[in-house]
Amino acid sequence: MSGGVKLIPDDTGAGRFLPWVVAVMVFLAALAVSGVLALDQGVRGWQAGFEGHLTVEVPAGRSADLDTRVAETLRILRSTAGVRGAVALDDAEHAALLAPWFGPDNPVADLPIPRLVDVELDTDHQLDFDYLARRLDDAVPGARLDDHKVWVAQLIRLARGVQFIALATVVLIAGALAAVVVFAVRATLSVHHDIVALLHVMGARDAYIARQFQNHALWMGAKGGAVGLVLAAATLFVLSRLVARLEAPLLDQLSLGPVTLVVLAFVPVAGAGIAFFTARLTVFGALGRMP
Amino acid sequence: MIRFENVGLRYGQGPEVLRDISFHLEPGSFTFLTGPSGAGKSTLLRMMYLGLKPSRGTISLFGADVARATRRELPAIRRRIGVVFQDFRLLDHLSVLENVALPLRLAGEVERRIEGPAREMLEWVGLGDRIEASPTTLSGGEQQRVAICRAVVAQPSLIVADEPTGNVDDAIGYRLIRLFEELHRIGTTIIVATHNQPLIEPFDYPRLHLEDGQLAGGPARAPALAAEAGLVG
Ligand SMILES: Nc1ncnc2c1ncn2[C@@H]1O[C@H](COP(=O)(O)OP(=O)(O)OP(=O)(O)O)[C@@H](O)[C@H]1O
Ligand SMILES: [Mg+2]
Repeated sequence: MSGGVKLIPDDTGAGRFLPWVVAVMVFLAALAVSGVLALDQGVRGWQAGFEGHLTVEVPAGRSADLDTRVAETLRILRSTAGVRGAVALDDAEHAALLAPWFGPDNPVADLPIPRLVDVELDTDHQLDFDYLARRLDDAVPGARLDDHKVWVAQLIRLARGVQFIALATVVLIAGALAAVVVFAVRATLSVHHDIVALLHVMGARDAYIARQFQNHALWMGAKGGAVGLVLAAATLFVLSRLVARLEAPLLDQLSLGPVTLVVLAFVPVAGAGIAFFTARLTVFGALGRMP
Repeated sequence: MIRFENVGLRYGQGPEVLRDISFHLEPGSFTFLTGPSGAGKSTLLRMMYLGLKPSRGTISLFGADVARATRRELPAIRRRIGVVFQDFRLLDHLSVLENVALPLRLAGEVERRIEGPAREMLEWVGLGDRIEASPTTLSGGEQQRVAICRAVVAQPSLIVADEPTGNVDDAIGYRLIRLFEELHRIGTTIIVATHNQPLIEPFDYPRLHLEDGQLAGGPARAPALAAEAGLVG
């Protein structure tokens, strides 16, 4: 170290705006990252009720008919691309499904209840839900695809897309931050070119000269990162409060868990790290052009 | 110690500023580099302290071809050379004391062994009461003395001084040359560039004379000079 002596004065102003840039970028990146994590949790929750299965409901009409109609439903399902298998639930399984609602004694055992067919989807093939729904309805009037699950499947696909965009945004923010640091360091380097050239010719190692810049960049980045994190945390807190007030079961999954908080705390660290290493490499690059 | 062989230099795409420079300085020798303004003295010294790469030819320092040194080896070689720049190149944002202490810091010296030697050097050149001042508040001659202190404080093996007496009156100039003489006596190799012929008249050291980018008398005179320099060492 230089023993507390500032060999490169940081009076150029080139570094003064850096904390604010880092603050804004950490803020944006933290929001994007928390979005990715929240969606990830959401998707996992939504998937738990899905996992490649669909349910087809065959309504109870005259009970004599029901078995035939179930058989017809099974035949159609098994001949549809994208379906791996279809099994009609038996009485015991129906009873088990109803038990949470009516208790083990099942006081409604004599009522006509719809029969359920469990459909296992072939994840390698895309299933055309609309086509299947139309075919079923034609052959077995009243048969109904459980389209809630279809909708969830589409929601998951959308969520994955949004996640991808958010991650790409984080990468872009990191790149923009690195570019800003490069410009700031280059500006300082050109203002203090004489000092840098002198240190170089006096036998200062590249790493020694780089240290004068990278430590400053690290400090600026850490300051800005802290501000950005506080802003992001406040924003997320307000958001989570607003979500909590909605009675939307799907959004329950979007709350921020402890993992999210740990990852969020890592965002300003990454920001400061990018500032540090970018400054270091920029100085090395400039020194590399000296004799 | 220092050997130039057929060294030529051009700045960018410009004309050759130095041509066919060949000479050899023995370890512990004292040499004056003379020549009119614009002859190329500073340029030659710049190559000697590794501030500039020759366009052609080879330069050996401390017995090794510097072109073959790796980038990692260069800083250590540079730290063995103390340079007095023609334009001083003091750091204005640091105190006089910190300027002189700089080579010790770069050498990785421990903190308590930095201030003492720097202070001692400054007292020696009569600036003991200005150590906390900013170089910008010093006169040209005072700055020159600070620059000389910085060049010699870390006891380099080679001292390269470019017009170290350019901004002082002849009395102080004479004393500064005597300072270099002291260092020469303890074994330091010294080369001093100057165009002040009368000032160096009393000193009986060999001279390299540059004229229009060439050593006067041409390359053929180099061996004679080397022999002369060797006698002194
Ligand atoms: N950085 C540079 N770029 C281009 N040309 C240069 C540069 N430095 C010096 N020169 C040219 O090289 C030639 C030699 O310059 P140099 O400074 O080496 O002379 P000098 O002998 O030290 O002169 P002085 O006694 O005035 O200091 C001059 O013609 C000068 O214009
Ligand atoms: Mg000169």
